[in-house]
Amino acid sequence: MSLALQTFSSVKDANAALQAAGTRYLGGGTLVVRAANEGDVSVSRLVRVTDPGLSQIAVSGGKIRLGASVTMAAIARHPELAALAPAARAVGGPAIRNMATVGGNLFAPAPYGDFAVALLALDATVVTEDGELPIETFLAGRDTSRAVVTAVSLSMPKTESFRFLKISRVKPKGISVLSIAALMQRTADGTVTSARIALGCMADRPMRAKAAERALLGCKLTPEEIAPALAAAGEGISPITDPIASAWYRAEVLPVHLGRLLLA
Amino acid sequence: MAKVPVQFTLNGSEKAEFIESGTTLLHALRDKIGDMSPKGACHQGTCGACSVIIDGELRLSCLTLAETCNGAAIRTTAGLAEGGVLHPLQRAFLDAFATQCGFCTPGMIMAAKVLLDRTPNPSREAVVEALSGNICRCTGYEPIIQAVLTAARANSQNAA
Repeated sequence: MSLALQTFSSVKDANAALQAAGTRYLGGGTLVVRAANEGDVSVSRLVRVTDPGLSQIAVSGGKIRLGASVTMAAIARHPELAALAPAARAVGGPAIRNMATVGGNLFAPAPYGDFAVALLALDATVVTEDGELPIETFLAGRDTSRAVVTAVSLSMPKTESFRFLKISRVKPKGISVLSIAALMQRTADGTVTSARIALGCMADRPMRAKAAERALLGCKLTPEEIAPALAAAGEGISPITDPIASAWYRAEVLPVHLGRLLLA
Repeated sequence: MAKVPVQFTLNGSEKAEFIESGTTLLHALRDKIGDMSPKGACHQGTCGACSVIIDGELRLSCLTLAETCNGAAIRTTAGLAEGGVLHPLQRAFLDAFATQCGFCTPGMIMAAKVLLDRTPNPSREAVVEALSGNICRCTGYEPIIQAVLTAARANSQNAA
């Protein structure tokens, strides 16, 4: 294995260097160095950016802006990001959370990328030098994306409207069987007026459960009323099979865990 | 491959080396500098055996490139004992039989040290959480958890 690391002070220079074949961006290292250690010879050069702006968290006027180099640990301990903390804490163990970044999580293949599942439910915007993309569009095109992600921005969710659940077989830290994030607006009597549900491990990257979202509209969160949404949860999914769980198992337990999240 | 200079402090003493670009910190520590306390096991970020403390934060040296540590303060388990006297965590691990094959021990102790540095009197739950990124295949974890709690009690008694 041989790797060469190039360090730049600006994203612009890093973007130019990233055009070369075999070059990947180095964030926290938990994905690309791992790939290189595993013998992935497609990675020969790494590029990183030391601009401190990439590590900044800004919260103002109900908006959150997370620099791409912000770590999961920084989110988990930030006093104003309590709503995102459960999703940030779901990633790895303490050492991984000190390294793994927001930007990297957007590229993490299933079963990783639990934080990106939360960002998808929250309809985050992904920022690069080329412009801004809705996260759903970004995730769909991430395999061919060549521009360094500089930040993610999103609206601060109300604590009661955002829910996140990660299921793993080992506690307190384990790889996802699946993860679910749900952003729901409800009227005073509890009727769902909007729902955005994102699933992890149900495809090679985070995806939305659009059929379940539609089925929840106009429902109250009771076992009877959410039943159609649970029945629709599996529509369009293509779960991964790995040593943690088979695709069959993941599909079977998805409605169970979605039900628990909705009724919690 | 061109070599690049790296410079950092390791357990308080200055280190400077020329390394190949892309070398992991684990490789630099073990094979260049000779600190064999961080262990290479999974190289995937799964096991925690390579855990070290960089600028006060627990990190995995197998996934950290040495070049990114320029100017950093790195601590490893090898630097814990002072003048031949074991650190309270090391003493507690020995007393509680929290180490069998010993391969996970340096990583466990690093994870426990950052916990105790910030939370001198942690709950059992906090200990389990702090060690959750470290895998042990021998002990079943219970003696390790007990050792960390014992070291915490010893700390607070010394402080009192």
